[in-house]
Amino acid sequence: MRYAMAVDTKKCVGCSDCVVACQTENDVPIGFCRDWIVETNDGTYPQLVTEIRSERCNHCENAPCVRCCPTGASHITDGGIVLVNKRKCIGCGACIASCPYDARYPHPDGFVDKCTFCEHRLKEGMKPACVSVCPTRCLYFGDLDDVNSDVSRVLARRKHKSLIPEAGTNPQLYFLI
Amino acid sequence: MNEELIVSGRNNLLVDPQLHIWHWPIPLYLFLGGLAAGILFFASLFYILGKEKEYATAVRIAPFVAPFALVIGLAALFIDLRHKAFFWQLYTTIRFESPMSWGAWTLLVITTASFIWSALHIKDILPAFNWKYKFLKEIELFFNKHKLGLAWVILIFAIITGIYTGILLSAFNARPLWNTSVLGPLFLASGISAGAATIILMSRDVRERTLFAKLDLMVLGIEMFLIVHMFMGFLAGTQVQIEAAQLFLGGEYTMVFWIFVVFIGIFLPALLDILELRGYHIPALVPGVLVLLGGIIFRFVFVFAGQVSRWLY
Repeated sequence: MRYAMAVDTKKCVGCSDCVVACQTENDVPIGFCRDWIVETNDGTYPQLVTEIRSERCNHCENAPCVRCCPTGASHITDGGIVLVNKRKCIGCGACIASCPYDARYPHPDGFVDKCTFCEHRLKEGMKPACVSVCPTRCLYFGDLDDVNSDVSRVLARRKHKSLIPEAGTNPQLYFLI
Repeated sequence: MNEELIVSGRNNLLVDPQLHIWHWPIPLYLFLGGLAAGILFFASLFYILGKEKEYATAVRIAPFVAPFALVIGLAALFIDLRHKAFFWQLYTTIRFESPMSWGAWTLLVITTASFIWSALHIKDILPAFNWKYKFLKEIELFFNKHKLGLAWVILIFAIITGIYTGILLSAFNARPLWNTSVLGPLFLASGISAGAATIILMSRDVRERTLFAKLDLMVLGIEMFLIVHMFMGFLAGTQVQIEAAQLFLGGEYTMVFWIFVVFIGIFLPALLDILELRGYHIPALVPGVLVLLGGIIFRFVFVFAGQVSRWLY
């Protein structure tokens, strides 16, 4: 099983509903976020292209945060989800410095926190909170090993990219373009 | 002109707009760890070479600085942890992929060894010292008997400590400024030159001071070579590496790096060392203090500038 997410940059309007849903679902402390919206405007006036992305942890297959963690608190669990065990985390900040996407943040309680793909919801057969609430349905989630999953079907059909693949992390968050 | 405007809704404390997860404790520790490594490197090396009597300050006196430096450095590391009550998790596992993990174990060995080495020479600075208890005397006797073995352990672990302070940073591919393999040798060289400077500051023997001035000069030369080498590597690299180098070549850290680290910390003390070796009278305090100052500013500049450097996407 290989969980992955695809974000349709053509459908995303940047409403931040995914951000609020995540903060509510996961008790993210005020002022922090596990997912966020990025808007880029690219080109030469007047030929400009806007891209809106809902970003979060890329759940990299070759995760630098897992490699540099001195205690094994950062680990890859079933389905390729990168998680932090807060009872093992010493809050050294190495994983935060190691993430090229800056997807992790220091939780005010001391440990390091990040997107979990809502692993607790997946266990109950639900989708991650951000995917469930998205009003434009621009987020696709599922198992890449299952050809009939939402994410496999949309990736087979649409042109897509991932963020800085040249960093060598093999990210599992895809952006439909 | 083609331009890209990026607007992000993320504003996590210490991560945005620029990463600043590592504050003063980390560069302070990197300096103290390097300093202790440099001092212990010379102490064990000259003991193994059988020069204990000729270079008594290096072998017997200067190492007293090491346990203090290491304990202050470890305290700084502890202060930096955000989940302090769980720090012992470091010592439940060894993860070779993580420099911080094997570094933590290395620190355990080198700190213990530095205390033992100092204890063996305590009578040099406190002649009336008495171990009082029989078992302590037996332990002292044991390590005195195996002092050569201890010196080898210290030599090897001093080198590992010196290199690891650089590898700790160079292992982060996400921060292009740190992600260069030159950093390990560069930090080792900087630590060794800080060690030599400390020995020069503490020694009263002209012959010993002359030797360490020569050694310091050599190491400062190597450091300068490694710095040039590092920039050549960056500028011949990819866009992110070129942008990382620009932080020191016109960017916001240019002045502090070239004036405080290179000129005051490397060039000036090297010049003073040369003048002293040519027979001019230079107060030993000046080049020694400059090297130590340059070393500490070097760690601060590198840790802070490295966190600013990043991939753009």
